Amino acid sequence: MGKVIVVTSGKGGVGKTTSSAALGAALAQNGERVVVVDFDVGLRNLDLVMGAERRVVYDLVNVIQGEAKLTQALIRDKRVETLYLLPASQTRDKDNLTPEGVEQVITALKNAFDWVICDSPAGIERGATLAMRHADVAIVVTNPEVSSVRDSDRIIGLLDSKTLKAENGERVEKHLLLTRYDAARAERGDMLKVDDVLEILSIPLLGIIPESMDVLRASNVGAPVTLADGRCAPSLAYFEATRRLKGENLPVTIPGDKRSFLGKIFGRKAA
Amino acid sequence: MTDVLTQPRPIRLKGRSFLALSLTPELPFEDWLARLDDLARRSAGFFLRRPVILDVEGLDIDRQQLRDLVSELSARNVRVMGLEGARSALLGADLPPAMTDGRPAADIEAPVSDQADAGRNQHVEAAAPASPQPTQAQAPAPQASPMPSMVVNRPVRSGQSIFFPEGDVTIVGSVASGAEIVAGGSIHVYGPLRGRAMAGTTGNASARIFCRKLEAELIAIDGFYKTADDLEPDLRGKPVQIWLDGETIKAATLG
Repeated sequence: MGKVIVVTSGKGGVGKTTSSAALGAALAQNGERVVVVDFDVGLRNLDLVMGAERRVVYDLVNVIQGEAKLTQALIRDKRVETLYLLPASQTRDKDNLTPEGVEQVITALKNAFDWVICDSPAGIERGATLAMRHADVAIVVTNPEVSSVRDSDRIIGLLDSKTLKAENGERVEKHLLLTRYDAARAERGDMLKVDDVLEILSIPLLGIIPESMDVLRASNVGAPVTLADGRCAPSLAYFEATRRLKGENLPVTIPGDKRSFLGKIFGRKAA
Repeated sequence: MTDVLTQPRPIRLKGRSFLALSLTPELPFEDWLARLDDLARRSAGFFLRRPVILDVEGLDIDRQQLRDLVSELSARNVRVMGLEGARSALLGADLPPAMTDGRPAADIEAPVSDQADAGRNQHVEAAAPASPQPTQAQAPAPQASPMPSMVVNRPVRSGQSIFFPEGDVTIVGSVASGAEIVAGGSIHVYGPLRGRAMAGTTGNASARIFCRKLEAELIAIDGFYKTADDLEPDLRGKPVQIWLDGETIKAATLG
């Protein structure tokens, strides 16, 4: 029985799709069976980031409406054989998602995969609430700036009320993924510090992904950043995050902070 | 030909109790509306979300004046949901409905007990108009039963609204920006208060607000309110208690 993860944020443009793809690819590279599901019906992006936009035939809405079977809609990644994508529709919108349909699809995926990663759309309406409905684990993606933090707080409140687990009296395991972190700006006070964000949101930190041009390069070539370049700083941070996701107790290092003496001598290579 | 009822399930009518804001207009209405405008200017949108009850008890006006007043209010985006204390001569089909404690002769079988609170902003007087009791002429009867209290053990997230008109609310955790606590009694926040806190909403002027770190967006006690801008800047970030002194909100650091 697989675990359902929802990657959500409330605010748009913080790195949900990038992180869903990166974490999915990182998990799959370790041999796990992973499917990433795009819930952003009408504004789909996950297929672009995964490099599968020219192979989309059927999508999530087709499956929900019975026009296609799940196996017909799933797209296998060309680089990692245990990684699959269930794309969203681009021509329809979120009103075509039904709670019963989503439940059927997620249940079927849970039975076939180890990890079901749901890439939530931005916002707090139907698309986002349906994406989080069946989650066991939630990754709340936040940029260290005030509007993102407030929206993430809102989404955390919804995770405690609109998920199946919340309705049954259990709690969804929540993790904070701080993305686009720029240490220099945090030092200058232009960006919130990690401690400030943690104090406001009060959920455990999964990882800190530094701001980097590698992410843009990776999405331009149509690959999750952990596949495009496994050695760049964001990739390493994503790999560490997957280890924490699987339960390992790895301390989080703030990127760019307190570089060692040797690090300063030998240049900018992040560990 | 008889109509066969095809619906096997009857429509369910549920009773709900809501807390509404009660406004008491005073003659002359132009002056009172000017004061209302002043209030609205200082807090744009304060009335927009809230259902408002108009208390017209004892006002010497006729139906047309009342109609004018209601339309003046809707021009100001104050939506009047009901009328309290209105003589039957004042009521009309085009005016908001009358709100009373008890229910009028009911055709429906909704549960009656919860309706008592709808629309009242003060403690309930028990005397019927027909037999007034002299001792009740002054203040509303104080409640003899102990005040219940609500304890919330988790942080209150943005967008969440804690609503407890029956008594005190204690939050063990933070209140996020964009969250709202509405209590009939006092509010105690063992953590940072970043959202809105409204205490004493049922007319309790002795209610207080306590917090470990004041960063509130708006605080109100018994209808008197202050936004973040109006709070003294050196109180920000400190443990503070806030109370009402007459008609002024006072605040001081704790300990």
